[in-house]
Amino acid sequence: MTVTSQTRFHSQGASSPAGILLATILGTLSTTLTVTLWTVAATIFGDLETVLPLGWALLSGAVIGAVVGAFRQGKDTPTAVTLITGLGTGILWLILSGGRPLNMNMPELHLFWGVAGALLTFTAAAHLTRYGLRDLGLGRIDRNHLELLLLRVTRAAGFVFFLTVVIFPFYFMVASSLKPRAELLQNPSYLGVDLARKLSDLLIGYREVLITHEFWRFILNSTFVSLVTVAITLVLSVLGAYAVTRLAFPGRHLLSRSILLIYMFPAIVLVIPLYSVFSQLGLRDTLPGLLIVYPATTLPVALYMLRSYFQTLPKDLEEAGMIDGCTRLSVIWRITLPLSLPALASVGLYVFMIAWNEFLFAFMFLDTPAIFTLSRGMVGLNSQEVPRQFLMAGAVIVTVPIMVIFFWFEKYLVGGLTAGGVKG
Amino acid sequence: MTRSERETRRPTLAAREARLAYMLLAPTFLIVFAIVLFPVIANFWISFKPVKLANLRPPTPIVRERVRETPEAPGDTLLIRYQMRNSSQEITIEDVLLTDVLPDGLTLTTDEPRCSMTTTNLRCELGSWEGGYRENLELSFETSERYFATQADPRDTDPSIQGSAPNILTNLVFTFQNFTEIFRRGDFWPTLRITLYYTIFGTIGSILLGLFAAQLLNVKFPGQGILRGLFLFPYVAPVIAVAFAWAFLLDPTSGAVSALGMRFGLLEGPINFLGQRSIAVDLFGFSFRFPVALTTVILFEAWRYFPFAFLFILARFQAIPRDMYEAAEVDGASYFQQFWYITLPQLVGIISTLFLLRFIWTFNKFDDIFLLTGGAAGTKTLTVQVYDQAFALADLGTGAAVAVVLFAILAIFLLIYFRYAPEGD
Repeated sequence: MTVTSQTRFHSQGASSPAGILLATILGTLSTTLTVTLWTVAATIFGDLETVLPLGWALLSGAVIGAVVGAFRQGKDTPTAVTLITGLGTGILWLILSGGRPLNMNMPELHLFWGVAGALLTFTAAAHLTRYGLRDLGLGRIDRNHLELLLLRVTRAAGFVFFLTVVIFPFYFMVASSLKPRAELLQNPSYLGVDLARKLSDLLIGYREVLITHEFWRFILNSTFVSLVTVAITLVLSVLGAYAVTRLAFPGRHLLSRSILLIYMFPAIVLVIPLYSVFSQLGLRDTLPGLLIVYPATTLPVALYMLRSYFQTLPKDLEEAGMIDGCTRLSVIWRITLPLSLPALASVGLYVFMIAWNEFLFAFMFLDTPAIFTLSRGMVGLNSQEVPRQFLMAGAVIVTVPIMVIFFWFEKYLVGGLTAGGVKG
Repeated sequence: MTRSERETRRPTLAAREARLAYMLLAPTFLIVFAIVLFPVIANFWISFKPVKLANLRPPTPIVRERVRETPEAPGDTLLIRYQMRNSSQEITIEDVLLTDVLPDGLTLTTDEPRCSMTTTNLRCELGSWEGGYRENLELSFETSERYFATQADPRDTDPSIQGSAPNILTNLVFTFQNFTEIFRRGDFWPTLRITLYYTIFGTIGSILLGLFAAQLLNVKFPGQGILRGLFLFPYVAPVIAVAFAWAFLLDPTSGAVSALGMRFGLLEGPINFLGQRSIAVDLFGFSFRFPVALTTVILFEAWRYFPFAFLFILARFQAIPRDMYEAAEVDGASYFQQFWYITLPQLVGIISTLFLLRFIWTFNKFDDIFLLTGGAAGTKTLTVQVYDQAFALADLGTGAAVAVVLFAILAIFLLIYFRYAPEGD
């Protein structure tokens, strides 16, 4: 037993000084990352006065890295070593700081943020270091090692960065919608939510927005407008895309090319004439007015997406249908449509999303609160008189349906987004 | 359908097919023409017209009816006053016609050549009214027994009045003033410069972030699908929600970003990210003014649209054949060499297409800046300028003129796009 482990150790080569140095650097980076996260989390979610002790973090990181690098078993560090290093450093921090790591400003030792935080942070740092060195012999270091490590560090930093910038604003939106104005103003850096509060107090912003500010009505309006837009767009684009892919007619090629052109037209250029003409026709402050404009903005994209899909469908089936005596329209209905259900789902969801999110035309056209869509209704919440809590509650109400749809049908939607080269 | 196939068919069949195609496309054409193409043309038209927002309501004659003297017994006089005016201060209304249905048993006694009465119908031809015209028309009537028998009130029916006024949008008055106004004001070139900064850096930012994000997710690992969905959040969420959330986050007094920055000693004082035009920066002896608000909206643009680039680049990544990397590995290429010599060349096509697309869309973008800053603090782009002129300053004509300039610049970009876009898709 000892013999085999001895031979393996030697055959793999023990960690060279350069290897340990590399591990030390990696440990420093990992530890800085986890300590920073700990500090920020304790501030944001725990509402604790904290200080980031950068020097100590770097030092502890170097130690962790060196240990993890030195005690290698082949191309890995044993779990026991990693755990002991991490937990040991955590306990040392607790002792050396007199039970107040990060200079946490709190009356008594905060069990969770202090003790659990310290243990978790350094264990995570040790494991991160180990994970960063995975499948890597530290005996001989060459350029590939360095590049691989740099790549891994960049990737880790990238994940932290993207997850933060993507999730944080949405988290902030939800958290702020649950907090009264005084709390928001008094301590802007505390982003936690006091869940011990009564549910009805917690959700007061939603109740106010939905009932007093009549968002329930806007939800219905938005749903109606979006669904009708989807229906009109789907019917017209199926017919159009069929014509473009299956029928020969003069101007077909030109049309195929110019579909794209249409959706590069700026909406703002259309707004002034449409506003003028719709005002004079009495269509401006009406939902039918909106329902004429929305399909026009989504049709080119929908047509383009469906065209791409129809081109992949085999023509044989349709031709067989024609030979059996079907008319063109019944071929579309009985053969083409059932085959293109996934594409229709993509296009429909995508159009729904555009219509639901649309702001400019809703903002310009609608003046009567009874027919506001959600986007238009949100503008009314953005004033000094309305607490930010309500504005954020409104934002959550606008966002949640689209997110639910998005996660539910992600496969289709991503298909739609990539197939169409979506308008932004 | 192949060429030989088409030739063997009878020409009538081809004609029928073309007719069917046009029929299927007709609704799409109609709606796209009415809502996209026609407005673009109309925008050119309006840009040469002196139209203000208030002119959109066409001038109309307005009338109010008052009974001045009420008869007590048959033979008494009924005196009705019609207070009339032109709703417009400037525009003349032609052929004004007042009509009113009065109770039975009245005879017109005022000598008014413009008015005539047949049994119960009063009809006054009032000619043309210039802008700001007002008139009180008093008409007296002799009442008979029948008037009291019916017990009707003259005000039971409202008088109606109509006239024809030239439509400000369709008349043939043209002016170049809108265009001279844009260039006279002196803020056109700064606006164009800001638009280009916003467009170029916003585009580059979103593509770089997208490339980076695609790199991260181009490896199979558990949770990859969820992460891909998460990364798309900024793009699919309603702009109004994310813009307000960011505006709140970046608020100097109650926002979390300034507060956190100060707490951790990164900032000396709160920064008004969206309200401050610029701050002085001293870097290696160079001092310059760093545009704060513009940078913030550019970063927002990059944040919101990186998922778009991310999706396309990720799709392209997955289409790169694996064996290219395997061959490179055998040849001893390092990871960065592989990225530089294999991955990047494979991405040139998609990145240049993305660049053009995003460039054009960012150039057209209105909502984001409008919601974040409203164009204040040095973030006014051409699209916001269109809105400001047309609706905030209520000058539709000048707004349309800015839109024409914007469209002309866009046309150049579009020309470039269609020159270089891959054929056929």
